[in-house]
Amino acid sequence: MTKQARHTKTKRYGMVIDLDRCTGCGACMVACYAENNVPFRKDESDKMLSLNWLRVFKVDNGKPFPDTEICYIPKPCMQCDGRHMEGHSPCVSVCPAVATDYDEPTGVVSQIYTRCFGCRYCMAACPYHARKFNWWDPVWPADMEKYLNPDVSARMRGVVEKCSFCYHRYQKARDSAYVEGRDEIAENEYQPACAEACPTRAITFGDLLNPEHEVYELSRSKKAFRLLEKLKTNPKVYYLTAKNWVRRKADNYLEGESPADRKPAHKAETASH
Amino acid sequence: MSTQSDNQPVPAENRASGWVIFVFFLIGLIASLISGWIAFPNLLYSTKQQPIDFNHKVHVEQMGGQCNSCHFFRDDGSFSGQPTLDECKSCHMYPMSNDPDEKKFIEEYVKKDKEVPWLIYAEQPPCVFFSHAAHVNGAEMECGTCHGDIGQSTSLREYQENRITGYSRDIWGYGMLRIGEARHGRRHKMNDCAECHLKETGSKGDCFQCHK
Repeated sequence: MTKQARHTKTKRYGMVIDLDRCTGCGACMVACYAENNVPFRKDESDKMLSLNWLRVFKVDNGKPFPDTEICYIPKPCMQCDGRHMEGHSPCVSVCPAVATDYDEPTGVVSQIYTRCFGCRYCMAACPYHARKFNWWDPVWPADMEKYLNPDVSARMRGVVEKCSFCYHRYQKARDSAYVEGRDEIAENEYQPACAEACPTRAITFGDLLNPEHEVYELSRSKKAFRLLEKLKTNPKVYYLTAKNWVRRKADNYLEGESPADRKPAHKAETASH
Repeated sequence: MSTQSDNQPVPAENRASGWVIFVFFLIGLIASLISGWIAFPNLLYSTKQQPIDFNHKVHVEQMGGQCNSCHFFRDDGSFSGQPTLDECKSCHMYPMSNDPDEKKFIEEYVKKDKEVPWLIYAEQPPCVFFSHAAHVNGAEMECGTCHGDIGQSTSLREYQENRITGYSRDIWGYGMLRIGEARHGRRHKMNDCAECHLKETGSKGDCFQCHK
């Protein structure tokens, strides 16, 4: 009883998504829906009303046919560290109910559905549209309720939900470590459903602070970038690409706002995308 | 005449009215206490009996004195909780005593191959992630610290269910005001978890430590 809690070593779980490997197949989205009991509607044609914790976006370079290039960007919650890396992420700082907070030991931004009262300030604050609002109670077709994941609580009408990096898998991995008397969990013990489902292995997941984890090197590579880095939200989701136009789109400046635009020498190059 | 009446002692009927006020106060107080201690809990909680009156004491003695003979950890670290019918059947395929409850168990559940719908005293709401492994293996806590000395009981106590929330009364605790020692082990509300965590680990913990 007096023994201190183990697993105290601070971790920063993060994801590196190789956009040059992503084919846009959507297996990660399907895996996420199934794993996290994300409700869907009978008619999913209006994507404004869809709930999804992970969504694959499609961007193109805006050029006509022979030069058209397409890139798919899988976009989970970015689990922002905040400007000073202390967990002051946009959503956490605005929540009036403390329904979302920054999990210090892992760096995951939590969302507690029973605490949330649905004011949606967090959705307004999130620059990544990572948060979704339950406008209706979930309705599961036929027997599907029996297939829900018991490790993830189902949400009700009137609350906000978002990607948790499959935190329940971290909790389960910790449980087995406790029973086996280990202090640390291995890299492959905690992997979110999307990373496991990706057929091209575009999604890599692990502790960004641990040099033994694959994401450590990948997130520090020259090809790595993050979405909207100008906002200084310090996301823990990194993207890799060799295509410059994708990297420019990720920091979507308004016309004339980009630092590159201000330098006349680069103007011709940036205008071409 | 009038000045004389000022010095007169208080008439007898005025003193009697003081008693009347006291009696009414007393009636009000007793009514409040009855409603707070008896009527309100009975209104809020419904009482249910367990399907089988289970004797923990006999089983602990027969199974080697350990809780984990029946309430064990699975290989992946998850906690098994209530034993399933298969685990009970490994001994109770046929009656082992003349106990009427054992007979009932075999007739109604073993022969019909039906799971016993045990009412779980410490069952948490579905939004809670509670790690038995972290508490039993990590913090080396005794089962009885939270669950009370249920292992020494010869009969199962009644189960009380909150009519509004559907949760067990053990979550809030049996004392309506939640002061003093809890009656069966510890109370299981979030604040009770946080209080102990603050004392033992120096932090109440982040939301995701206990929520899912």
